Amino acid sequence: MALVRINGLHKHFGSNHVLKGIDLDIEEGQVIALIGRSGSGKSTLLRTINGLETFEQGEIEVDGEHLHPRDTDLRALRQKVGMIFQQFNLFPHLSVGRNVMLATQVVKKIGEKEAEDIARTMLLKVGLLEKFDAYPDQLSGGQQQRVAIARALAMQPRVLLCDEITSALDPELVNEVLAVVKTLAAEGMTLIMVTHEMRFAREVGDKLVFMHHGRIHESGDPQQLFANPQTPELANFIGSIN
Amino acid sequence: MNDISTWDIVRNLLDGALWTIGLSLTAFVLGGIAGLALLFARIAKNPIPRRLAQGYIEVFQGTPLLMQLFMIFFGSSLLGLEISPWIAAALGLTLFTSAYLGEIWRGCVESVPKGQWEASASLALTHFEQMRHVILPQALRIAIAPTVGFSVQVVKGTAVTSIIGFVELTKTGSMLANATFQPFMVFGCVALGYFALCYPLSAYSRYLERNIHGSRAH
Ligand SMILES: Nc1ncnc2c1ncn2[C@@H]1O[C@H](COP(=O)(O)OP(=O)(O)O)[C@@H](O)[C@H]1O
Ligand SMILES: [Mg+2]
Repeated sequence: MALVRINGLHKHFGSNHVLKGIDLDIEEGQVIALIGRSGSGKSTLLRTINGLETFEQGEIEVDGEHLHPRDTDLRALRQKVGMIFQQFNLFPHLSVGRNVMLATQVVKKIGEKEAEDIARTMLLKVGLLEKFDAYPDQLSGGQQQRVAIARALAMQPRVLLCDEITSALDPELVNEVLAVVKTLAAEGMTLIMVTHEMRFAREVGDKLVFMHHGRIHESGDPQQLFANPQTPELANFIGSIN
Repeated sequence: MNDISTWDIVRNLLDGALWTIGLSLTAFVLGGIAGLALLFARIAKNPIPRRLAQGYIEVFQGTPLLMQLFMIFFGSSLLGLEISPWIAAALGLTLFTSAYLGEIWRGCVESVPKGQWEASASLALTHFEQMRHVILPQALRIAIAPTVGFSVQVVKGTAVTSIIGFVELTKTGSMLANATFQPFMVFGCVALGYFALCYPLSAYSRYLERNIHGSRAH
C-alpha cells in the first residue's frame, strides 16, 4: 500500500482555485520530483501534506494518518512528515545542536542525553558534527540547509518534503545540499522534492510529476518524460529550463 | 516665614517618591502579567479571545488614564465598594499598563519571521510549545528596549493618581507647596525627582535600542 495517498484534493485561496483535484500515490522509498512553473501550486501541494495549509475537499493519508479538510489536530501527522524550506528557517537563538534536539525533547519527550546523541548522529550524517555548538548565523547557507535537514531527520519522519531547498543558495553551495539528499534517497527515504535542478530530478527521481495550473498535467518515469514529453506544456517547460 | 525646613521638604518628597516607585513597580509587574495574558489572547487562533483582547486594549488606549482612575474610584463607591486610593491607583495603572504592554509585545511577536512558525509547526510543536521555545525567546530580545521605554510612561502616569488622593510624589508636592507657599521650589524638586527616576530608564532603553541589532542573541 502507498505510504502517501492524495485523493481529489482541492484548495482555494479566496477565489483563486489553486489545487484542482490532485490524485497522487507515493510508495515507500520513492523519490518524487515535483516540477512546474512558478504559481502552478507545487508549494501549496507540499504544504497541505503536512497541514501548513488547509484544504476544502479531498483526502490525504500518510502512513495511516488521515488528514481531512479543516483538520486542526496535526501532531501525529506532522511527526511522520518532515519539511525543509527554501529559507532554511533555523532557530537563530539556538545553537545548531539545540536546533536539532528541540523537537525530539519537546514533542517526543526524549531525555537530554539521548536527544543529544540523536542530534550528533544526524549532524554527522549531514557532515556537520563539528558545528554542534555553533549558531546558525555563523554558518554558510549550504551548511544551514544541511542543519535543517538534520533537524527534520531527528524526528525520524516517514517522508520528507523539500520545497526548492537549493533555490536560496549561491551556486557553489547547491551541490553539498544535493549530495546529502542523494544519500538520503539511496538509504530509502521517501522524498517529495519541488526542484528546479532538472539534472538532479532526472538522476535521483523515481517519478517526475509536472504540475500545471493546479493539476498534475503529466507524470511518470523522469528519464522517459524528459526524453519524450507527452504534452506540449511539459515540452515547453523543459525547453524553457534548458 | 514658616517652620518647615528644606530638609523637611526633601524628606517628605523622598517619602512620596517611595510611593511613586512602589506604585510603578506594582503596576509594571501586575500589568506585565496581565499584558502577557492579553498577548496570548491577541494572537490566539480562536477569534473570541482575540476580539475581547482587542476591545480591552482599545478602551484603555483610547481613554485618558485620569478617566480610567475616576471610573474605578468613583464607580466602585457607586457599587458600594469602598476602595482606598492606593487600591484604585494600583488597579487603574495595572489595567493601563497591561493594555500597552500587551500591544507592544504583540508587535514584537509579529515581527518574528513567519518561517519560524512554519518550521516549528512542521516539527509537530503545539502552538504553546512554539511560543515557549521558538517565538517568545526571539520576541523577548526585540521587546526589551520598548518595554523599558514604556516603563517611563508608567512612572509619569503615577502622577495622575494624586488626583484621586493617593499620596505619592506629586500629591506630597502639592501638600508641601500649600504649607510652605514655595510652589516653585517644591515642584522644582518634584520634577527633579521624576527626572531622576525616568532618565536612567529612558537612557537605558536607548542604549538597548542601539545595541540590539549589533549584538548576538547568545
Ligand atoms: N498564502 C497565500 N495566499 C494567497 N494566495 C496564495 C498563497 N500562497 C500561494 N498563493 C497562490 O497560489 C498559487 C500557487 O502558489 P504556489 O503553490 O506557491 O506555487 P508554486 O510553488 O508552484 O510556485 C499562486 O497563484 C499563488 O499566488
Ligand atoms: Mg513554490
